[in-house]
Amino acid sequence: MICSQCQERDAVVHLTQIVEGAVTQVHLCEKCAAERGIETSVAIPKHPLDDFLQAAQQQALQLPGDAARCSYCGTSLRDFRASGKLGCARCYSAFEQSLKDLLRRVHGSSTHVGRSYLGADEPALERDATLTELRGRLDGAIRGEEFELAATLRDQIRTLE
Amino acid sequence: MASLDLSLIPDGGVPWLAASGDYADIVLSSRIRLARNIAGYNFSSRERDGERLRILAQVREALPRVSALAGAMVLRMDDLSVVDRQVLRERHLVSRELIGGEGVAEIRPASAVVVSESASVMVNEEDHLRLQVFRSGCDIAGALQVATRVDRELGEQVPFAFHRDFGFLTSCPTNTGTGLRASVMVHLPGLVLTQEIAKVLQGLQQMGLTHRGLYGEGSDVVGSFFQVSNQTTLGQSEDELGDHLQRVVKRLVEQEYVARKVLARDAGYIIEDKLWRAYGTLRHARSLGADEAMNLLSGVRLAVGLQLIGGLSIYTLNKLVVFGQSAHLSHEAGRALTESEACVARARYVRGVLANEASIDR
Repeated sequence: MICSQCQERDAVVHLTQIVEGAVTQVHLCEKCAAERGIETSVAIPKHPLDDFLQAAQQQALQLPGDAARCSYCGTSLRDFRASGKLGCARCYSAFEQSLKDLLRRVHGSSTHVGRSYLGADEPALERDATLTELRGRLDGAIRGEEFELAATLRDQIRTLE
Repeated sequence: MASLDLSLIPDGGVPWLAASGDYADIVLSSRIRLARNIAGYNFSSRERDGERLRILAQVREALPRVSALAGAMVLRMDDLSVVDRQVLRERHLVSRELIGGEGVAEIRPASAVVVSESASVMVNEEDHLRLQVFRSGCDIAGALQVATRVDRELGEQVPFAFHRDFGFLTSCPTNTGTGLRASVMVHLPGLVLTQEIAKVLQGLQQMGLTHRGLYGEGSDVVGSFFQVSNQTTLGQSEDELGDHLQRVVKRLVEQEYVARKVLARDAGYIIEDKLWRAYGTLRHARSLGADEAMNLLSGVRLAVGLQLIGGLSIYTLNKLVVFGQSAHLSHEAGRALTESEACVARARYVRGVLANEASIDR
């Protein structure tokens, strides 16, 4: 069969097109097919084992990352992958690189361009986190009747407040 | 446990039923939701003892200084019966997440909703705060304006978790950035009946929008009612996200009008007969299932849109969609109704409303 486009070479690609319900068959030689952007060779990985090993290696590289934890709330990247939920605001810094990639995949961007928020800049965030932490320890100190420690903690909280 | 007095909730929490906005026959409501977390507390999946209570206390304390939430009512989920929680859910004031699933009596402590005339805030949901603003008809910009004001005022009183690059930080990264979900509830029977809907919904997806049933994630599409919302929350501004949805919805409404014209032209009397039968069933049935009522109301709504049936307002139809649901019927009866009791109560309720508010039969 001759190529229906150049009418010269033998047709090796037989293309069935369905346009608005009408079925047409086009027979093309390798050159004309390539010109139309049709791949003639099926994409089989040349070295399947290489790909497999590469994937395995990547996985091995990922594992220590997965075990990484947010030092503030204790959530690990693995926990996050399992639940889809982060544990606290600081997880965003702890897993910054992984999250950047994820956000880019999910949203097509990893940079916020919307409304900015000045009410809680990072020092304030830091301070609030510390306050929460101190209040927790204060509760514990009172429960444990460690009154000296409680007094110190209370003073620290007052200063921060 | 005393039953919730719904008349105490400002505007019943559902001022959008009024059908006063643009394209109100097709667009039931527009909604803006903003997800926010309070700095210094862990997110909900990692909460420590007492944090939920402290969050609620902090919000309560801030309320008097947030003018947009003036006169707001704070409803704690653990103070409410299962029926009352479901009533709030049927009014879209709380999510399934907040009330701990369908019919579950066990509820996480300090889950609450703050309801004012113009906005509501779910407290201790997946994120610490979920601000919601509903408007009648197609009015994303109006909803966004109110939501921004509430957000700004509340953010001055309560420190939000915010990151320079990532924006507002949320428990799930799918909400990170603006934390904004803009959505509309639309009624598209024309596109469903002309079988154009699959193509249209596919088109929405290509434009970065997603669709669900009337009650959001995991809910079924019943009666050709859809919820359409933005898929991404990061990389575009709040206004861009809102404008985009508004533009697409206008186009969607035009397509629906075209489909309705085609229906009226090509299947005139068949459609007319079907829709009048739907009205007849609603007007006279002695038992109506929830989905059945939804489908019949969908038909009558289309008939009103096509001007085949007059003397019936969109407001009345909106009300029947929301107040004719099981929890509302149980609330009215003062006890949890069984499935079959609810069907009888629903038919009685619908008949009563149509007898009073529809001037078709007169």
